[in-house]
Amino acid sequence: MMSSIVANVVVQGVLTGLVYGLMALGLSVIFGVVRVVNFAHGEFAVIGMYAAFLLFAHYQLDPLIALVPIAIAFFALGYGLQVTLVQRFVGRAEHEQFILLVGLAIIIVNGLLMIFGPDARPANLPYSFDSFMVGSLIIDKARLYAAIAAVVVAVLLFLFFAYSRTGTAIRACADNLTGAAVVGLNIKRLYALTFGLGLACVGAAGSLLVTIADASPSLAPAYTLLAFTIVIIGGLGSMAGALIGGVLIGISEALAGFFISPSMKSMFSFALLIIVLVLRPQGIMGRRA
Amino acid sequence: MTALLSIDGVSKRFRGLLAVDGVSFDVAEGEIFAVIGPNGAGKTTLFNIVAGVFPPDTGSVTFAGSRCDGLSPDLICRRGIGRTFQIVKPFPGLTVEDNVVVGALLHRPDVASAKAHARDILEKLDLSHRRNHLAAALTLPDRKRLEVARALATDPKLLLLDEVMAGLRPSETDRMVAILTELNRDSGLTILLIEHVMRAVMALASRVAVLHHGAKIAEGTPAEVVRDPAVIESYLGAEAVT
Amino acid sequence: MSGLWNAMPRHGQALVVVLLAVLLFAPAVADRYVLSVLTLVFYFAYVGQAWNLMMGFAGQLSLGHALYVGLGGYVAALLWLFFGIGPWLGVVPAVLVATAFGVAIGWLGFRFSIEGVYFALLTIAFAEFTRIAFDHIGISGGAGGLFIPFQADRSSEWWNLRGGQVSFYYIALGLAVGAVVLAAALLRSRLGYQWLAVREDPVAAQALGINVFRAKMKAVVISAAMTGVGGVFHAFYYGNLFPAQVFDIARSIEIILGPIVGGLGTVFGPVVGAFLLTPMGEGLIMLTHALGISAPGAKAVFYGLILMVIISLKPTGLWPWLSRMFRLEARKS
Repeated sequence: MMSSIVANVVVQGVLTGLVYGLMALGLSVIFGVVRVVNFAHGEFAVIGMYAAFLLFAHYQLDPLIALVPIAIAFFALGYGLQVTLVQRFVGRAEHEQFILLVGLAIIIVNGLLMIFGPDARPANLPYSFDSFMVGSLIIDKARLYAAIAAVVVAVLLFLFFAYSRTGTAIRACADNLTGAAVVGLNIKRLYALTFGLGLACVGAAGSLLVTIADASPSLAPAYTLLAFTIVIIGGLGSMAGALIGGVLIGISEALAGFFISPSMKSMFSFALLIIVLVLRPQGIMGRRA
Repeated sequence: MTALLSIDGVSKRFRGLLAVDGVSFDVAEGEIFAVIGPNGAGKTTLFNIVAGVFPPDTGSVTFAGSRCDGLSPDLICRRGIGRTFQIVKPFPGLTVEDNVVVGALLHRPDVASAKAHARDILEKLDLSHRRNHLAAALTLPDRKRLEVARALATDPKLLLLDEVMAGLRPSETDRMVAILTELNRDSGLTILLIEHVMRAVMALASRVAVLHHGAKIAEGTPAEVVRDPAVIESYLGAEAVT
Repeated sequence: MSGLWNAMPRHGQALVVVLLAVLLFAPAVADRYVLSVLTLVFYFAYVGQAWNLMMGFAGQLSLGHALYVGLGGYVAALLWLFFGIGPWLGVVPAVLVATAFGVAIGWLGFRFSIEGVYFALLTIAFAEFTRIAFDHIGISGGAGGLFIPFQADRSSEWWNLRGGQVSFYYIALGLAVGAVVLAAALLRSRLGYQWLAVREDPVAAQALGINVFRAKMKAVVISAAMTGVGGVFHAFYYGNLFPAQVFDIARSIEIILGPIVGGLGTVFGPVVGAFLLTPMGEGLIMLTHALGISAPGAKAVFYGLILMVIISLKPTGLWPWLSRMFRLEARKS
């Protein structure tokens, strides 16, 4: 009996973890290519959550569908942000980038607080409380759909980077910037595209997150740290690593929440982060920077 | 004169590449010894081993009678070996004087005497007039002299100079040679230098070792080495440069 | 210290003297609210300076300094509440605990070459871990908080931090001035030079005989110890400790605002930053209340904007620019 409860907890962790992984994927892409530390990552995810919430509340648009326009909007946002602001900070001291984005994060979180208030906003989907029964496993429909969508988006992104001309060009930038410039690639445009894609992932993730958690400004810093934890554990710059890391964190948080206590589950993630930072900061899948 | 620095059978491998291959030579106290050779011959790697950046895979480095291979760079400096870097590393946000003070503080615990010592050294290296300029604002020849000044401030018995003439015009090279000759003559400072600029090597060194593919292929006075057929073939070319 | 004083031009010295005089006599004329704002300014100038030593001088970005504030506060508060040990003595174990954590973080970071953003994340992880841990420690009140009740009958015991606003005002002023003096002295000392060298180029510093690990550790230790003292002050001034508040990353960010806006790595930067930001923040809150707007995040948005503007336009901070404009400091050295 216990083992099937644990199995359920693990499954839940995997599904949630895949969505976290998508969010972390955006961070990995941005850092891996543009080498900017996006400390406002979780904040953008929460904007995505609110966007999906609003679209659902006003137009009854299922977040799984709203994901598409939100991702597109976030792409434009990311592109614009990179071109206007972040580009100046590429190559500047790391702490300056950090501070810039911390400032942005503070503005976003408190802006959301002022607009929406501190109360959590749920997206009450018709199937929010439905689940599939597979043997003794109870799988939440919402979580399953979100996880599938997350994987689909991740795969699309992977295909783009692996097989498209632009994607290959972006990978070239990440690999060897001087070489890329010498070959005539428009670095600034590629950076902007990458930032756009990274934020598109985040927006999509946010849209999916609202199906499993209620939108609230206080989630933002937690998500930022979660994204960093996942990316560091899974390996900065590795797309598969982001998803694997997400799943690992999802499982460990779910198990920690179940066996120890729900309020202590992030403690476990932070301890894991410290351990990984000490032992292997390039993560499971990453190469040494 | 006993050897101040003794390099004995030192080898270093980086994964597949044997960078230094069983190199041995002695540097006597008070002499100026040059290490030359084509790019990739292992000269800077050898330097980095002596300076403590990494330990040798085999062999030993003995300085002033005691083993020093494997010690960290700061301990090596404390023992009396100062070094400069091939690509100069000034402290850009500090003034020229403060750059040298950092070095002087090693053996002078109070800032006042360190500053006095720094000023003396800047005088010797012809940098007094730039004392209060930020190091970041210096031209390359000035930076090179700053690099030497800073290392000198740590009161080394042995100074390792890594291609200190690189990028200097002949007139600046001559100036640096003059300064180094004077230091060696007046204070008995032992100098071990890596150089490509043969003009400087001929003018400064009392003895030269030639490295090629990590191994020592010749050792002797500059005149002897320059005429060595193996050296000519691997490095100098058919016409020996004077 | 005399070096810094002598290096200042006449009008700079005059400015300092006047400012100190004004601050010393302020309690005679200013109302309680102004004094409380100033006390806050001094507090942030103090902890900002402590953080500045680690970041501005030794180059280690810590985004979890609230950890030391919280630890210092909790230790001193618990010793007071359970054993009646006054903070004048309790500050010692408080500092030891804060420093121990600082040493642990520093050791992990430097021994395992955790640099830059990774080091910053390490500091955040420690602070967050401790925050959640304290939520579950019953003895210190857990998430519900720890309270230091106000005791009117002991209000003359300023060494036990039992006084009123004026008493805390002078203590905070003392701390802030002490921090400036300490920073100035350190910067001109052998250790200060070592820190600057390590910050500028650790490899070159090593080649000059500096033990980089030890230099960095000293920065962390002094910074953590100083911040721990600030934590003791903070706990007794506010009279309450909640893990969610005191260890929160928002507190850590508040600490770094002053030095960054004022000027990283400079002696007066944190002071200037605190004097600018704190009153402006409080002023903004007053403004929103006066206008009847309920804007709970307004102050924070304001700070976020300032942070972005300063780091974009004047990344070295306002003090270097101001001191150049008004020629308040001698030429760099």
